[in-house]
Amino acid sequence: MKKFTTLLLTFVLALACVSCGSKDGNTKDAADVKSEGVMTYAEYAAAALDTEVVVETYVQAKQSWWDNKATVYTQDKDGAYFLYNMACSEEDYAKLTAGTKIKVTGYKSEWAGEVEITDATFEIMNGSYIAAAEDVTALLGSADLINSQNKFVAFKGMTVEAAGKDANGKDVAFLYSWDGSGQDGDDLYFNASVNGQTYTFTVESYLCDNTTDVYAAVKALNIGDKIDMEGFLYWYEGVNPHITSVTAAK
Amino acid sequence: MSRIRKRIISMFLLLAAAAGSALTLTACHGREGLKPFEIPEEFELSEQYEITFWAKNDTNKTQTAIYEKAIADFEKLYPNITVNLRLYTDYGKIYNDVITNIATNTTPNVCITYPDHIATYLTGLNQVVPLEGLFADETYGLGGSEVRFDSPTQEEIIPQFLEECSFGGHYYAVPYMRSTESCYVNKTYVEALGYTLPETLTWDFIWEVSEVAMAKDADGNFLINGQKVMIPFIYKSTDNMMIQMLKQKGAGYSTDSGELLLFNDTTKDLLYTVAEHAKSGAFSTFKISSYPANFLNAGQCIFAIDSTAGATWMGTNAPLSDISRDKIVEFETEVMEIPQFDPDNPQMISQGPSVCIFNKENPQEVLASWLFVQYLLTNEVQIAYSKTEGYVPVTLKAQESAEYQDYLLRCGEDNAAYYEVKIKAAKLLLDHISNTFVTPVFNGSSSLRDAAGQLIENTVKSVRRGQTIDDAYMEKLYSDTISLYRLDQLNSQTGSLSSGKAELGKLPKTSVILLSSLAGAWVLMILYVTWQMIKKKRNPQ
Repeated sequence: MKKFTTLLLTFVLALACVSCGSKDGNTKDAADVKSEGVMTYAEYAAAALDTEVVVETYVQAKQSWWDNKATVYTQDKDGAYFLYNMACSEEDYAKLTAGTKIKVTGYKSEWAGEVEITDATFEIMNGSYIAAAEDVTALLGSADLINSQNKFVAFKGMTVEAAGKDANGKDVAFLYSWDGSGQDGDDLYFNASVNGQTYTFTVESYLCDNTTDVYAAVKALNIGDKIDMEGFLYWYEGVNPHITSVTAAK
Repeated sequence: MSRIRKRIISMFLLLAAAAGSALTLTACHGREGLKPFEIPEEFELSEQYEITFWAKNDTNKTQTAIYEKAIADFEKLYPNITVNLRLYTDYGKIYNDVITNIATNTTPNVCITYPDHIATYLTGLNQVVPLEGLFADETYGLGGSEVRFDSPTQEEIIPQFLEECSFGGHYYAVPYMRSTESCYVNKTYVEALGYTLPETLTWDFIWEVSEVAMAKDADGNFLINGQKVMIPFIYKSTDNMMIQMLKQKGAGYSTDSGELLLFNDTTKDLLYTVAEHAKSGAFSTFKISSYPANFLNAGQCIFAIDSTAGATWMGTNAPLSDISRDKIVEFETEVMEIPQFDPDNPQMISQGPSVCIFNKENPQEVLASWLFVQYLLTNEVQIAYSKTEGYVPVTLKAQESAEYQDYLLRCGEDNAAYYEVKIKAAKLLLDHISNTFVTPVFNGSSSLRDAAGQLIENTVKSVRRGQTIDDAYMEKLYSDTISLYRLDQLNSQTGSLSSGKAELGKLPKTSVILLSSLAGAWVLMILYVTWQMIKKKRNPQ
């Protein structure tokens, strides 16, 4: 019996790994068809700001929960939706695991360039989808990058550049907070370049705190390291990716 | 390269009512609470003390460096005291963490805070140290004989700022820095629209110019800036906006005894005005749109109201900016008082960080904390920190020092240390200290403040979403806001600090039943014993 259970578990694990590592990289709901009255991503994108929107989407990551409000990164097969301070009990927040399908009703809003859904409510639906990271390295610096706003994306083959200087005037690879005014536990900021252009990346401490692998990985960066990254294409007065994974470039 | 200030998550929603009741339970039904602090006769220099300082900075590297230097200098003076610094960028987060730590008796020793928040901390028994005894102590008090640095005397702390830390008959904090709000004006655009800035801004002037600035060309570009985006008037802290408007109108907000007066007809009238200008797009808020400075510097805002402690982000040549250099436009920045209803009687809020001390089992540890707090009031720290933003020092000693006066005189000498907008913002407060006010502090005053801002935020959002703003809307807005912030529960759960003690309210029904049962049992036992004694007396064997 033990052998059978072990074999079964191994098989399930292998299946899960194959699924996660596949080209598509996602476990797609067989019928990702929108319910009646629910917008497609194209309809959502076309909707005016401050209008009510109803979307069906899938949780990709959770940023924070506070006072019955959750901030969540979500995505369907066509585009991504950032849900800011959505009404959510602590109990329901625990149910919002990666892949969970939810129907969201709220208002399309924009804050400092970030298009998001605010004052939202949600209900959990049947279905699951985890988006594969879309490689947007080639889009960095282009006007088309904004079309991938909020999506789970990848940046590949980038070179770590100096983020600033320490108290002794020595170049450092990352800063605590945007200007180095923070401490361990605060957001990390670091720079990386590709094709001669340098961009700033953030480890958002509410999304990935100082116990996570990515936080440790960024703290271990050295100027000149070649890295691949994954994260969510957040926006703040321009692109401001919230990085969730940093590995040595392949 | 653009830099990023993190969006503030509103932590204030951890309601004082809820926090207050949680802390009350801790105090009454759990531990006995700490003993009241008593000043030791002598500070024990042979013992080592480790204290924790929770500090707030404005996401500003220089401020962090000043804290670190202050600690290093203090530790040189007192080698037996180690100060551990924990940095925050948000008062609300400090508030939240303190409340969490009161319940586990792991509060910091010293903490930057707002008086409104201390009112909630005080529901924990003897948690916050009253300071008047320490102020007056001849040996270790302000200017005390055994203090190893040049600390200010009590008289040298600006009296108005010190009074802001007094409630319930005690001083529960000392002021650390003070600021107010300022209107940062794109003077170039105001004049291009055909207006001249008055000596004192009025609300009518701002609304009028803002509406005129909404004119567009046939392609939908705003005439004033040639861009697709223009929000002429953006307010950072809408709680301050409502509080100051009510004060200027002489209308109710709250009383010293904790009576809530916010939900009145004047408030409603003000909200109708806000709605009118939100509808045209002439007005928005930080929570809805983003930092006023970003719009101002991009030529997309004309009147940006923010703290004087945000002055280094304001203007074409601002040393700090979140937007990329190519988006910044050239304009002349005027630093003015917030708009007034009565320009002859200007009124503006006094704000800024204060410092409180948490009580500990060991009074020597508390004394070590007090010595460090005093060090934060020295000229070295006061002048250095005030220079980082549009703050003013809280002591006359620092304000009148040659170093600080020289700093003020060099206004505009460069766009860094002597950045004109920053120094003008500090001067604005220095010139108007007597025009500043604070709101009454009581357990729940923090929630009331949040509610005041929420009324404006919700009205603006509703207008933008095409909802009808009428009396029915206002009625619902009032009731929803009262319910959201549990303001209807405040009076019964928490009390005024003016009397110096918090009222605990009625006992819960279960407690009444339990206590009644216990009393009943005792009565029955006494009756039984008495009856037995009488019986014994009557029938001696």
